Amino acid sequence: MKLNIGCITEAGLSKKNRTGYWRYFFPIVDKEKCNGCGICELFCPDSCIQIKDKKCVVNGYYCKGCGICARECPRAALTMQPGGEEAE
Amino acid sequence: MRNALIKKKEVMQGSIAVAEAVKSARPGVIAAYPITPQTYIIEHLATLIANGELKSRYVRADSEFSAASIVYGSVAAGERSYTASSSQGLLLMTEVIFNMAGTRLPVVITGVNRSISPPINIQNDHQDTMVLRDSGIIQLYVENIQEAVDTHIQIFKIAEDKEVLLPAMVCMDGFVISHTYEPVTIWKDEAVQEFLPPFSPVYKTDPQNPLTYGSLTDDDKVTEFKYMTNEALVKSKKKIIAVAREFQEIFGNHYGDLLQEYRTEDAEIILVAMGTVISTIKVAVDALRKNGKKVGVIKVRSYRPFPDEELRTALSKCRLAVVVDKSYSCSSGGILGSEIKACLYNQRGPSIINYIAGIGGREIFPETIKDMVVKSEKLAESGKIPDGSVFFDLNKQLLNNQLL
Ligand code: SF4
Ligand code: SF4
Repeated sequence: MKLNIGCITEAGLSKKNRTGYWRYFFPIVDKEKCNGCGICELFCPDSCIQIKDKKCVVNGYYCKGCGICARECPRAALTMQPGGEEAE
Repeated sequence: MRNALIKKKEVMQGSIAVAEAVKSARPGVIAAYPITPQTYIIEHLATLIANGELKSRYVRADSEFSAASIVYGSVAAGERSYTASSSQGLLLMTEVIFNMAGTRLPVVITGVNRSISPPINIQNDHQDTMVLRDSGIIQLYVENIQEAVDTHIQIFKIAEDKEVLLPAMVCMDGFVISHTYEPVTIWKDEAVQEFLPPFSPVYKTDPQNPLTYGSLTDDDKVTEFKYMTNEALVKSKKKIIAVAREFQEIFGNHYGDLLQEYRTEDAEIILVAMGTVISTIKVAVDALRKNGKKVGVIKVRSYRPFPDEELRTALSKCRLAVVVDKSYSCSSGGILGSEIKACLYNQRGPSIINYIAGIGGREIFPETIKDMVVKSEKLAESGKIPDGSVFFDLNKQLLNNQLL
């Protein structure tokens, strides 16, 4: 691999950065409790939550495991647990 | 031949002469925020632009942090860029200067040396520019106005070299250079432009071809990136020497490669310092020589890159080195002195005595230097070389009267 001086690279690389590997805990969604309100989606600092079919879906490639979503969920539908899928 | 290169030769104020030199290097962007004693430089550049004598974009920033960030951006966009500051202003630029070095952007900065507050004081010492020493910036210290003029022309060429690509700073003593008048030669713009070709960047960002500078990098590569910046600074030694000699060939002036030695051939005692105090030391050395003392002086012209090998060679034959520092690292001592001691450790070099003096503009006279030499000799003879640095011109009486 070649290193460009000054870490100068093409722009828009945050899409490629796999922040998921920083993670230790991952938010597991309890689909029974989740009503798709989208609060977790708003609060996630890495924009890695999407609401699909009125349920929270977390992107394991980017989720860094900070736990903010679980803390903010008003229905306690998210539980932080070790692991999580890394696939996008 | 050389006369054909002269635009004018007159008695000029240091700041105005430096601004004329920067003008002849024709930076595309200048951004600055005023602070004494840097103000006259950027005021004069603003005047030159307003008069149409310099075609350049001048940005009045709202702080030194902004000024440094603006020239960071403009040099990344491929424009030769310049700023200047002093004291607290340089401290405020520091975060950006580390970024310039790390992302290899060759901004040229004049550091007009001024003491750091508190107590608020506008006079000269070297504490402000020394704080930047770990950033990766090139720092050349100058002794007089002509050297400041010529070094500004040289430093653009050094910084922008494809094998260097680092920010670079001319460190010139506030007031002693910036506000005094000396006969100065200003070179013709065409002569400077022939010596200094236009800036041709390796990377250039614009809205059509955006680039990321200093992208997120994990621990698997950070050491290598830092090492590359460090190597670039070490290798810039060669470029500094080559540019100094090329300048000499064309314009006739030379201020030393990385160091400049004065009467050191047979010297038993060598004083080491940086900046304008060198002229004072030369006067003292001449007087001491008349009394039969074999004394010489080394001017550290290039402080970053640090001339370690060159100092080892230059100091190898004397028995005593006296380093005069105008800055210090709290509880550790004089900065130049500590680094010279470190680079001579494990060598068969001289004993080293390190004095801190001239802080906040306290005058260092030729008599002060003579006093340093006499006291150092006594300490060496009695085997009482101090381990740490000594505040030489400390007023002990004043300290005894301090109020808690
Ligand atoms: S905040 Fe809780 S309930 Fe609302 S979408 Fe997210 S997980 Fe579901
Ligand atoms: S743990 Fe943090 S990063 Fe991961 S989904 Fe929740 S808020 Fe986003």
